[in-house]
Amino acid sequence: MIAAHLPAIQVLGPLLAAALCVLVPWKRVSWGIAMAGAVTAFGAAVGLLSRVLGGEDIRYALGGWAAPWGIEYRVDAVNGLVLLIVAGIGVVVTLFALTSVEREVDERRIPLFYGAWMLCLCGLLGIAITGDAFNIFVFLEISSLGTYALIAMGSDRRALVSAFRYLIMGSIGASFIVIGIGLLYVETGTLNLADLAERLPALYGERTVLVAFAFLTVGTSLKLALFPLHVWLPDAYAFAPSAVTGLIAATSTKVAVYVLLRFFFTVFGVTYSFGELSLGMWLLPLALVAIFTMSLVAIFQRNIKRMLAYSSVAQIGYIILGISFASVTGLTAATLHLFNHALMKGALFLALGCVMYRVGSVHIDALRGLGRRMPWTMAAFTAGGLSLIGVPLTVGFVSKWYLVLGALEQGMWPVAALVLVTSTLAVVYIWRVVEAVYFGEPSARADSVSEAPLRLLVPTWALIAANLYFGIDASLTTNVAGQAARALLGGAP
Amino acid sequence: MRDQIILRIAAKILIGPIFLFALYVQFHGDYGPGGGFQAGVIFAAGVILYALVFGLDRARAVIPTAIVTWCGTLGVLIFAGVGVAAMFMGGNFLDYGVLLYDAEHAQHIGILLVEAGVLVTVFGVMVTLFYSFAGRRRSR
Repeated sequence: MIAAHLPAIQVLGPLLAAALCVLVPWKRVSWGIAMAGAVTAFGAAVGLLSRVLGGEDIRYALGGWAAPWGIEYRVDAVNGLVLLIVAGIGVVVTLFALTSVEREVDERRIPLFYGAWMLCLCGLLGIAITGDAFNIFVFLEISSLGTYALIAMGSDRRALVSAFRYLIMGSIGASFIVIGIGLLYVETGTLNLADLAERLPALYGERTVLVAFAFLTVGTSLKLALFPLHVWLPDAYAFAPSAVTGLIAATSTKVAVYVLLRFFFTVFGVTYSFGELSLGMWLLPLALVAIFTMSLVAIFQRNIKRMLAYSSVAQIGYIILGISFASVTGLTAATLHLFNHALMKGALFLALGCVMYRVGSVHIDALRGLGRRMPWTMAAFTAGGLSLIGVPLTVGFVSKWYLVLGALEQGMWPVAALVLVTSTLAVVYIWRVVEAVYFGEPSARADSVSEAPLRLLVPTWALIAANLYFGIDASLTTNVAGQAARALLGGAP
Repeated sequence: MRDQIILRIAAKILIGPIFLFALYVQFHGDYGPGGGFQAGVIFAAGVILYALVFGLDRARAVIPTAIVTWCGTLGVLIFAGVGVAAMFMGGNFLDYGVLLYDAEHAQHIGILLVEAGVLVTVFGVMVTLFYSFAGRRRSR
């Protein structure tokens, strides 16, 4: 019975956990429920992806109403991978949250925190799994509302302002998306993604479809923080509780990228979005500017969480760059980087969470000389940084490799060169931290701290291990990413 | 506003029918416009009117904050519970058709239960919002 219902369980686990988390007054029990929800989701994601890789097309009709009338959950290689990313990161970060959140979040709010935490996870998984356009919007709102609440629970008072700013920007993005979906519904009379894909080619000339496309593109770009729509992101990442930063940095922008992929390739089709509208010409410069300027800005940040946040915007640029090629190699690079960036940013933010736990600050001056006091944490940070730069034997190298291949395939030598040059910018901002940590004189406060507890180090190192493992043996990830890229370009979902 | 006799009496007269109307909207939802969301809002409006006229403390004495918060999550559990029950009885998630002996009655009871969940949650969240905004200055 369970196998047939895996798509429903995928979303239901976190949803039920969210409700139960709030009902219990004990913070540890609340965490246990959240952990159970995350593990359930992860199990479901693994089951679904393995069945998809076995060549199965998974469809699940909610309420027994067949598509296109009812809401349908549909899993292929693309969202199978996204589900695995989100659920996997969910488990690791929830493990991390137990200790980290008790330090950073008001005691009485912890059950509510885990409620919002599970809602966020539920929403993200829902966006990824659903085959219904309006359902995407609903889950987008669920995950966003959860995220706003989570960010606002940061210990810094500025967390409130940044959560509010994200709320405004996120709501604008969501309304653009719902307007786009509404226009598509008006034009086609259907909300099912596969059905939309079938009906749209006949309507390519219509202005309504063009406007819907524009609204969806801008709305989703806001959600995934594509330059220049990224202004909400740095503050939101910097002031959220450490565990929250780890969760949203590794998952929420990735899910938004997935939505973009779904609409560009599956729904509108590559001939429309990249052929007729030559979207690649628009995405390519934006991606390059994002990579270049945001990496530069990252170099001058003194708050390391903020620095990594700007680096995230740059990394999203790499993903968009891969998408802009609209080729199998480009899309493989983009989907690979989706997975790989989640691993590296997750690991880096968790390492900073360890620092936050012991030192209480992630300012670069507070990190000075910590290399001797917190060797494991700092080794994790350095390894994550190497992965971010794209050093061989890490996942960063694998995605950069495919990205450069994709650029060369298009004959874009300058773009390939730029990808390599901008990697050196990552060297600069990571080196600043490494230098401070290992060669700086420890401040009085840093001198007295000890290594982070194992309960924080284990999840951090789990992600670092994944960074190294998938960097050395990339056959699984490249295989799935390649399959996803072919599924996207093949038109049918 | 406790000294405003007209307001007080008017509120007393109105609150009962408001609750009744909420139930009407709730059960009418199966056949026409209406349903759990609207009914939940109307129900909450009754409580909010009471709180506005008779004061937040008396409203909280009738419906404590803890219960309201519980309502907010309980509704989600009712909704999901119906869906899961359908899964255990051999249907898909939220497939009400399998809940009872014949599909027609089962669909009816299924949507009724789900709408009840929606009512409870919407009521809970609405009143929670009101309580937290109204009680903001006091808690400082």
